[in-house]
Amino acid sequence: MKELKVTPIKDGTVIDHITPGNALKVIRVLKLPESTSSVVSIVMNVNGKKGKKDIVKIENREVDPKELDKIALIAPKATINIIRDYEVIKKHIVEIPDEVIGITKCPNPTCISNAREPVESRFHVVSKDPPRIKCYYCEREPEDIAEGII
Amino acid sequence: MPMNFHHRDIISIKDFSKEEIEYILEYAKHLIPYAKAEKHTTLLQQMILATLFFEPSTRTRLSFECAMHRLGGNVIGFADPSGTSLKKGESLADTVRMADSYSDVIVIRHPQEGAARLAAEFSEVPVLNAGDGAGQHPTQCLLDLFTILTEKKKIKGNNVVLLGDLKYGRTVHSLAYALAMFKADLTFVSPETLKMPKEVINECKEFGIEPISTTNLEKAIKDADVLYATRIQKERFPDAEEYNRVVGSYKVDTLLLQQAKEDLIVMHPLPRVVEIDPKVDATKHAKYFTQAFNGVPVRMALLSLILGGKKL
Repeated sequence: MKELKVTPIKDGTVIDHITPGNALKVIRVLKLPESTSSVVSIVMNVNGKKGKKDIVKIENREVDPKELDKIALIAPKATINIIRDYEVIKKHIVEIPDEVIGITKCPNPTCISNAREPVESRFHVVSKDPPRIKCYYCEREPEDIAEGII
Repeated sequence: MPMNFHHRDIISIKDFSKEEIEYILEYAKHLIPYAKAEKHTTLLQQMILATLFFEPSTRTRLSFECAMHRLGGNVIGFADPSGTSLKKGESLADTVRMADSYSDVIVIRHPQEGAARLAAEFSEVPVLNAGDGAGQHPTQCLLDLFTILTEKKKIKGNNVVLLGDLKYGRTVHSLAYALAMFKADLTFVSPETLKMPKEVINECKEFGIEPISTTNLEKAIKDADVLYATRIQKERFPDAEEYNRVVGSYKVDTLLLQQAKEDLIVMHPLPRVVEIDPKVDATKHAKYFTQAFNGVPVRMALLSLILGGKKL
């Protein structure tokens, strides 16, 4: 008997094609679970048609499209499927915005954005594929973007 | 072509186009007699420059203050944060918000990278970066370019050797970028552990310049038109013996200069410690004190353009 690792949800959001190993960071960026009513399922490192991937399923919550692009830095090839009554009613491919604010920390310990100042971390996106960002303040580029996720 | 610098922040050399840099340097040349007090102006009278120096400085602070005075303006500020509310934990943002209500322009030096950019965010008046940690020092870069231009009559095509701590030195990072923009040829000479970061080398390549990297100063100096020396800091070497050995092999002295071209110029952002022998000072190669003076006309040019004063 075939055993499904990934079971369908009735209503909610499925974030598919997450870079393998980054599902937990996606959870953190989206600040999940927000309440006890949101069941969140995570599957990591499963085989997909295009290779290994992570998947995150959020029951009974349709993720706001404005939040979706935040995860593009750590899951640049992710697709977001909005599910109602077991049907995919909307599909969205994430896109890295031109500027990233308050999502990831600058790795430079002497950057002013890491001091006690009333500013959030801020990065210009230098390239979208592969994702490269540069700190607005100190102009350094983090080597591992996922590592700095707040 | 007229350019508009009115109310502009000066944070990084990368904020300027080549044409803008040329414009500033041309204007700075015009201001030399004013910088030497051979001519006088009250262009910026009634205007106030606030100097916020959170780190020690001699040349930068004094030359900014001199520049403002030579333009007829006034200066307030501090050279050391220990006598200010920063000791009580006041943020940089709040300090800047205070300073901008007392002044028309702010110059800031701070130990943390990005501090000038943050200051510009919170300030209603223009902010000039006088050096932020290991980050940017754009006015130093401009006066370095100005020195090469006035001494060699051009920047393009010169063989410029950058020597010393190329890994951590903010002046050489900015200068390499700007020299590549102006199509100078670049040679980087440093100990193995203090090589120019690959990000800077890649930036040079984007301008079509392929820098040569070497540890051999004696070989590099033979074809050099400009030798830009920087201090190798003792604290970068955990082993004192290794430091002494390294520093010795990168010293600029009259013996080394015998192998150089007659018209080689030697520059240094100062302060120097042991990297240039004092006997070099009296040679025709030594331009580092002229370089320090050049900070005045260059900073005068920036202040008058930014504060929108009629160009002299």
